[in-house]
Amino acid sequence: MIEVIAPGPYATVQDLGRPGYAHLGVPRSGAADAASLRLANRLVGNPEGAAGVELTFGLARLLFRAGAWVALTGAPCPVPGVRGAGMGVAFWVSAGAELRLGSPEWGLRTYLAVRGGVAVEPVLGSRSTDSLSGLGPAPLRPGTVLPVGPAAHGVPADQAPPPERRPPVLRLVPGPRDDWFAPGALGALCSEPYEVSQDSNRVGVRLRGPSPARAREGELPSEGMVTGAVQVPPGGQPIVFLADHPPTGGYPVIGVVREADLAVAAQLRPGDRVRFTTRPLP
Amino acid sequence: MSAVRAAGEHGLLVETGSLALSHRLDAALRADLPDGVVEIVPGPETVLVVAPGADRARLRARLLRELRRDGGGGPVASGPEVVTVPVVYDGADLDAVAELAGISTDEVIARHTASELVVGWLGFAPGFAYLTGLDPRLHVPRLGTPRTSVPAGSVAIAGPYSAIYPTASPGGWRLLGHTTLRTWDVACDPPTPFSPGTRVRLEAA
Repeated sequence: MIEVIAPGPYATVQDLGRPGYAHLGVPRSGAADAASLRLANRLVGNPEGAAGVELTFGLARLLFRAGAWVALTGAPCPVPGVRGAGMGVAFWVSAGAELRLGSPEWGLRTYLAVRGGVAVEPVLGSRSTDSLSGLGPAPLRPGTVLPVGPAAHGVPADQAPPPERRPPVLRLVPGPRDDWFAPGALGALCSEPYEVSQDSNRVGVRLRGPSPARAREGELPSEGMVTGAVQVPPGGQPIVFLADHPPTGGYPVIGVVREADLAVAAQLRPGDRVRFTTRPLP
Repeated sequence: MSAVRAAGEHGLLVETGSLALSHRLDAALRADLPDGVVEIVPGPETVLVVAPGADRARLRARLLRELRRDGGGGPVASGPEVVTVPVVYDGADLDAVAELAGISTDEVIARHTASELVVGWLGFAPGFAYLTGLDPRLHVPRLGTPRTSVPAGSVAIAGPYSAIYPTASPGGWRLLGHTTLRTWDVACDPPTPFSPGTRVRLEAA
C-alpha cells in the first residue's frame, strides 16, 4: 500500500487505457507518455500495461506502508533521501519510508511504476483516470491509498539510459483534412514555432502561434479522432490531442503527430516552444 | 467515389458520405474484423478505423472492397431488437419547444414518440447517443446558453437529433423529459444498450 501525502500539482493512476470503446463515446485515456510508463513497468518486472502513477510537475510525497520495488521514468525529478533512487532504475523503498520527488529539470510528466502494479479497481478494463469523461479512479489527493498488486516476476537487473531530452519537434502525417486549409497552410504550420499554452492538459496540448488559413469555413460533420491529431478550431489555434481526447470531433485535423513523437508532445510544458515538421528526422 | 484518407500512422478515415453507409461498413467490418483493428468509429459521413498492428495496404484494400461490395439500401438495423425507453414528459423546455414548433405540448409528445429512432453514433460523453429520425417539426436550435448541469436520464432534443443524457453533465440541448432507464453502467458489458445502428422506441410513461 502506498499512501499519498501530497500528490503534487496533479497526479493520476494510469495504465495503457481503454481501447475498443471509442464508438461508445469513451476516450482511450491511459498514460499521456505511454513509452515512459512502459519503460518504468519493464524496469520493475511488470507487464508493460500495468497501472502506475502519472505525476504532473513532480513535487509528490508518497508514504510506502510496505516495502516495494519502484522505478521512475519520464520528466527527471530529484529523489532525495532514498538510497539508490534515481531515474530509469529499479530501487527499493523500505516500509515506512517516504518517497519525495522534487520538480522536474525538464518535461512535465513523471511515471512511477511499482512492482505488482497499482491495483485500484479497473473500470471497463482499465485503471486509468480519464480526465475528460471522469471514468476510472479520482485524481490522487492527500490521503489516497493505492493498493499494490502481487508481483508476477522478479525484478530484472536492468537499467535504462538517463531520460533524454528530445528536441521539441513533432513530425506530422498530413491530413486527414488538410484540404480544408488553404494551399501552403501546412507549410506555414511547420515554419514558425508555437508556444504551449497554460490551459494544456491530458486532453490536449493547446498552442499559441500563427493560425493555419482555412480554405473552407464551417464545421465538419462529427468524425472519429485519433491521438496526436492536430485539430484547428475556428479561433485558429491548434490543439494536439493527447490520451484523454474526445473520440469524435467536428473541427478539421490538418495533420497527425507520429506515434514516436507523442512522448515529446506529452512532455511539453506551458511556455515551451515546439515546432512541427512533415519531414522525417534523421 | 468514396475516399480513404490517412489519419496518422495507424488510422484510416473512410468517407462514406452517409450515415447509412457508415453503419453498413461498420457492421461488415465487425462481422469479420480485420487483423490489428482496435477501433471502428462510425460518424455521420465517415468511419474511422484505427489499426496499430495492421498491414495498411491490406486494410485499405479491404475497406475499398467493402465499399465496392456495398449493395446500398438503408441503415443496417442492429437486429430485430428494439430498445424501449420509457419517458416522463416533464422537461423544463417542453413548453418552449411547443412554442418554437408552433404545436401543443401533447403534440410534441405524440411526435417524439411516434417514430422509431436509430442510434447514429455516440460522442460528447460515454454512452451519449445521437438518435436520428426525429420528426422534422421538432428540429429546434440548442439553448443560447447551455445549462451547467443536466441530470442523468434527461431526454432532450437539438437540431435533427434526440438524446438521453447518460450521466450528469453540462448541456445545451432542450429538455423534454426524463427516463428511469439507465443508459450508462460501467458494471455492465457493454456499458450502454446503444451502439451505432441500435433501434430505439420512446414511450410516454
